[in-house]
Amino acid sequence: MENSVKRELPDELMNKLDYKPFETVDFGNPEIQRVAPKVRATTGKNKLVDSLEKAVTDNVKDGMTISFHHHFREGDYVFNMVMRIIIDHGYKDLTLAPSSLTNTMNDITIEAIEKGVVTNITSSGMRGTLGDAVSHGALENPVIFRSHGGRARAIEEGNIKIDVAFLGVPNSDEMGNANGMDGETAFGSLGYALMDAKYADKVVLITDNIVDYPNTPASIEQTQVDYVVKVDKVGDPDKIGSGATRFTKDPKELKIAQTVNNVIVHSPYFKDGFSFQTGSGGAALAVTRFLRQSMIDNGITASFALGGITKPTIDLLEEGLVKKVMDVQDFDKGAAQSMKSNRDQQEISATWYADPANKGAMVDKLDVVILSALEIDTDYNVNVMSGSDGVIRGAVGGHQDAATAKLTIISVPLVRGRIATVVPEVTTNVTPGDSVDVLVTEVGIAINPKRQDLIDALQDMPGVPVYTIEELQQMAEAKVGKPEPLEYTDRTVAMVEYRDGTIIDTIKEIKD
Amino acid sequence: MATEERLRRTMMFVPGNNPAMVKDAGIFGADSIMFDLEDAVSLPEKDAARYLVYEALQTVDYGDAELVVRINGLDTPFYQNDIRAMVKAGIDVIRLPKVETAEMMTELVNLVEEAEKEFGREVGSTRVMAAIESALGVVNAYGIASSTDRMMGIALSAEDYTTDMKTHRYPDGAELQYARNAILHAARAAGVSAFDTVFTNMDDPDGFYRETEYIHQLGFDGKSLVNPRQIEMVNSVFEPTEKEIVNAQNVIAAIEEARAKGSGVISMNGQMVDRPVVLRAERVMRLAKASHLVDEEGNYIGK
Amino acid sequence: MEIKKTAIAGTLESSDVQIMLSQGTDGIQFDLESDVEKQYGKAIKATVADVLKAYGVENANVKIVDKGALDMVIKARAIAATQRALDIVDEPMWEVL
Repeated sequence: MENSVKRELPDELMNKLDYKPFETVDFGNPEIQRVAPKVRATTGKNKLVDSLEKAVTDNVKDGMTISFHHHFREGDYVFNMVMRIIIDHGYKDLTLAPSSLTNTMNDITIEAIEKGVVTNITSSGMRGTLGDAVSHGALENPVIFRSHGGRARAIEEGNIKIDVAFLGVPNSDEMGNANGMDGETAFGSLGYALMDAKYADKVVLITDNIVDYPNTPASIEQTQVDYVVKVDKVGDPDKIGSGATRFTKDPKELKIAQTVNNVIVHSPYFKDGFSFQTGSGGAALAVTRFLRQSMIDNGITASFALGGITKPTIDLLEEGLVKKVMDVQDFDKGAAQSMKSNRDQQEISATWYADPANKGAMVDKLDVVILSALEIDTDYNVNVMSGSDGVIRGAVGGHQDAATAKLTIISVPLVRGRIATVVPEVTTNVTPGDSVDVLVTEVGIAINPKRQDLIDALQDMPGVPVYTIEELQQMAEAKVGKPEPLEYTDRTVAMVEYRDGTIIDTIKEIKD
Repeated sequence: MATEERLRRTMMFVPGNNPAMVKDAGIFGADSIMFDLEDAVSLPEKDAARYLVYEALQTVDYGDAELVVRINGLDTPFYQNDIRAMVKAGIDVIRLPKVETAEMMTELVNLVEEAEKEFGREVGSTRVMAAIESALGVVNAYGIASSTDRMMGIALSAEDYTTDMKTHRYPDGAELQYARNAILHAARAAGVSAFDTVFTNMDDPDGFYRETEYIHQLGFDGKSLVNPRQIEMVNSVFEPTEKEIVNAQNVIAAIEEARAKGSGVISMNGQMVDRPVVLRAERVMRLAKASHLVDEEGNYIGK
Repeated sequence: MEIKKTAIAGTLESSDVQIMLSQGTDGIQFDLESDVEKQYGKAIKATVADVLKAYGVENANVKIVDKGALDMVIKARAIAATQRALDIVDEPMWEVL
């Protein structure tokens, strides 16, 4: 079958997994029955345990779904500790359902796949050796990639039924009241883990920092927690987030960032009370800096900044240029540490942030978002999942969710090395072109022809040439040449859900 | 001598053996791009840089920028092959370093002409410029600037010059006062462009603005730059004010009026408009257009 | 023409390519290392082969370590490496450019 973005989907797999093809970015107003977890009542006498091994063996059974969060990012110890025990006990056929997978989790995940311990994975993304292994067919069943909002929806609807959630926290009391803000390994918002805490049948908190009861403010609360396990260390503080934020000095990135800012300022959304999301990375930080100056120059303040937060955004909050920061995760120490002292830096869960299947998510109120891309095609479809060599090396993250903003800007260089970024057709379609409005490159911009209002507003910006996206694609091709087409086998190694749970694309096993 | 129509506010240095910088040099809006085969390239890589710049000139679209190459000095073994390769590539301007006498330019021009004939390029199509980097060069500035019809401009290169003068660079630039004025006068007398030296400390934007405002006030066409981030800073200094633009528009309107009437005398508010005023008005409008302060028809649109 | 000595041109910086030529006996033999081999492997070899042909080199071992270089960079490095290997750096063959 084919979906509305002209991707051919494998019938057998679609039927077997009961999937529908992607049709539209409009979620509509369906009625949804949520699921609730099974709860073992306790007064909490035996919650605090020393043995992670016992917490695992008492609760995990073959065929179960286990979950983790990725707030410790590359500094995570918890995933490896738990998976080591699981592999050593010879479990089989587990489904791994973390909020995402970072590089530090790759080796042990590959080992678990090879030993048949893990036979299904759903994640926001994967990179490095794991992405490579999966792209070459290491996992028998296709990986299901979901956006942060899509994961929240799938958990609420019961499509991801978490049996045991292993959640690392930088602090907890003996009953399981915990937050992400205090302790040596503090990472700020617990946004993604809040879903697991609420919906998993069994919740195992893992911490190196037991604090006095009752622990406040509590993001995860004792009513949700079955066990609190004390370990030596849950993570490496130096690898959790980037240290001091450095603005890019790369003149090309600066030029792109400045043009992004120009687009925002000339758009109809740049007015008092607007809202924005910028994400991480050097170019995004530069946009934040330019935007700050434009807000000061024009006497404009923002009602909120959303999503993954960095220190420069916190600076805007402290300067009064942004009224609220709605924070699902913190990318650097500055942002993580300010949460406890800034009451206007609100921790939000993945569902509050980005889930289409609820009574209103923050992204529904979002005016402007700046997103990156591995590739964007002439229909404005965006790939953030696979490289131009067909190998998985990315994550959906909040991309599909935030792209529903009123003004979605994709900010990319025309080419990276010899790889074109603007292409005739994306390798993997993750975010449909219908939700993308403006492409910004170092040579100029392109505006989605569906947005005549933006074409009118942006076509006469001084010093910013407007091209068709086809023209930009041709400029990129003129630089790098036409690539040879990739070769795949018939086997599907991954399926990419759109945030509504339909399938927007699949990834095939790559032939080498 | 042709009137200089082109704006030359910014001449951006690009190390000639750096593919990443060579390929992206066109995206920053420099008025002139200067590929460097000299100081930015180590001795064993002189040939490699030459061919990299050659291939880039064949394939990369540098837009409207004037393309300049700084070749190795005539006391080096790379000098002649640099000239031939760059002429064959169709470079706009060859910049010779360490020029001290008019004869050095004559020698260059003879070799350029030979190369033009050898590679079938139009004779006279390759222009030249001189970098002045010594006391002797400054003293001979006018002779150098007027040595050939191919002359595009002369540039002060302060590092070698200050060493030659037994001093070094100071924040206030007093040590360069004479050289700057001498070079500027020579350029103006010869009817060619004048370029100020580079400012290398990227962490001192205030110093950069101070120096740029100063050389703008003196009357330089522009400045040599080491970093693309400086382009916008220079352009902002060269940006005309609204008052200057409105005045220039009035002058241009008066010219149109005179032309319509078939009158040789241009007058504005009852006063006769001199030729220098006309030239200044035209330059202001060129700058205004380049700074995106006026639309295609020349109407002021502001920032 | 015969390769006179092993020669190398280009660097391992991003957007560059390093090409090493050495004497060979069995036509042009390529050893290519590139992140974009799947998409551009053939194109990279073809560019280098064209340059060698233009210099009349019939036998050579060519080692290419590509760091995402554009075609024009590959050609420039191939020219530099070939002239060095043929020992004609000071008297280049202008018709090849």
